[in-house]
Amino acid sequence: MKSRARRIESVLDAVGNTPMVRIPVPSAPDVTVYAKLESANPGGSVKDRAARCMILDALADGRLGRGKTLIDSTSGNTGVAYSMFGAALGIPVELVMPENVSRARKDIAKAFGTKIIFSDPLEGSDGAIRDVRRIVLANKDKYFYPDQYANPSNPKAHYEGTAVEILRDVGDVLTHFVAGVGTSGTMMGTARRLHEHTRKITCVAVQPDSSMHGLEGLKHMESSLVPQIYDPKVPDETMFIRTEDGWDMADALALRGLHVGHSSGANIFASIKVAERLAAEGKPGCIVCIVCDRGDRYFAPMKWDKSYVW
Amino acid sequence: MATKVRIPASLRTLTGGKDEVTAAGDTVGALIEDLEKNHPGIKDRLVDEKGVRRFVNLYVGEEDVRFLEGLGTPLKAGDEISIVPAIAGG
Repeated sequence: MKSRARRIESVLDAVGNTPMVRIPVPSAPDVTVYAKLESANPGGSVKDRAARCMILDALADGRLGRGKTLIDSTSGNTGVAYSMFGAALGIPVELVMPENVSRARKDIAKAFGTKIIFSDPLEGSDGAIRDVRRIVLANKDKYFYPDQYANPSNPKAHYEGTAVEILRDVGDVLTHFVAGVGTSGTMMGTARRLHEHTRKITCVAVQPDSSMHGLEGLKHMESSLVPQIYDPKVPDETMFIRTEDGWDMADALALRGLHVGHSSGANIFASIKVAERLAAEGKPGCIVCIVCDRGDRYFAPMKWDKSYVW
Repeated sequence: MATKVRIPASLRTLTGGKDEVTAAGDTVGALIEDLEKNHPGIKDRLVDEKGVRRFVNLYVGEEDVRFLEGLGTPLKAGDEISIVPAIAGG
């Protein structure tokens, strides 16, 4: 097994091999729940995997060459990852994001020298997608547009990375995998590999319960531009989680030493529901869910936090 | 008094695709009740028993109602309301 403590040449090599931490569920004593801490990636989120793979694949086949600028729309974590790797590889990066993205995310991306273009906050992430398409269309030669919503390298990163690590680290006892869907790359790639496993592993997608929600990074598919890489047939089940349940779970976990973001709160909430369902059926189980990022990424003053002092 | 209300993309299924509607009310709370009459379901998305839901921002002009008088914030002629999700999603 690869150690997490290792000597590496580039920040790109620090992606992956994230640890899993046990989440005790007293109401389901025969079910073990592990949270895979994707927040331990160098950019602080699960998006490092997709961004790294999209950049390296494009460099390998020439779509991203010298002089090209990388541009994409992102609600933040992918933007942080693009910015970090772009800075490491000397690739200029421009990001289109809705103006209401948390300030921490904008500031982190800027720290790596990234140029940020704001889109209308009322139009949400779909508005940012439409804006970036317009910009790229007008400047085809200038940009490499990875389009994380349609790029097969996004799920591939999870097919070759996340899923392999989970099988390696928990072994044949795994019964369930739980992850939220935004671009859906994590679910599509990981679930496809887990479904190839000889024994059935149930993959549960997590979506917000409403189009108007506060689970940043997740998509309510029915009311959104559906990502090209999303195939609704891949997850075995979808759970629809209320924003408040995700937020409250994130707050409760912090008091137990695990400070996760809101979408991760929703993933862990859903995992505990699955564990309790198994317990009610008298079945044992082993559930792995994804912690997408840390809670401190959502700390920064939002527009209404007028009293916030640094 | 008709007040202009800007609707975010995530709520436009309830307004027939319109990004702007009008509603009547002397306060933000009364305006939401009026919105609900014409666009059933919208109230639940905006408020719960404690007031404005935590991930929803309601602005009167440039001011968040949390820093005014919440749902009791009075409205005057010419005010414009914006409903802005706290997060960007996706």
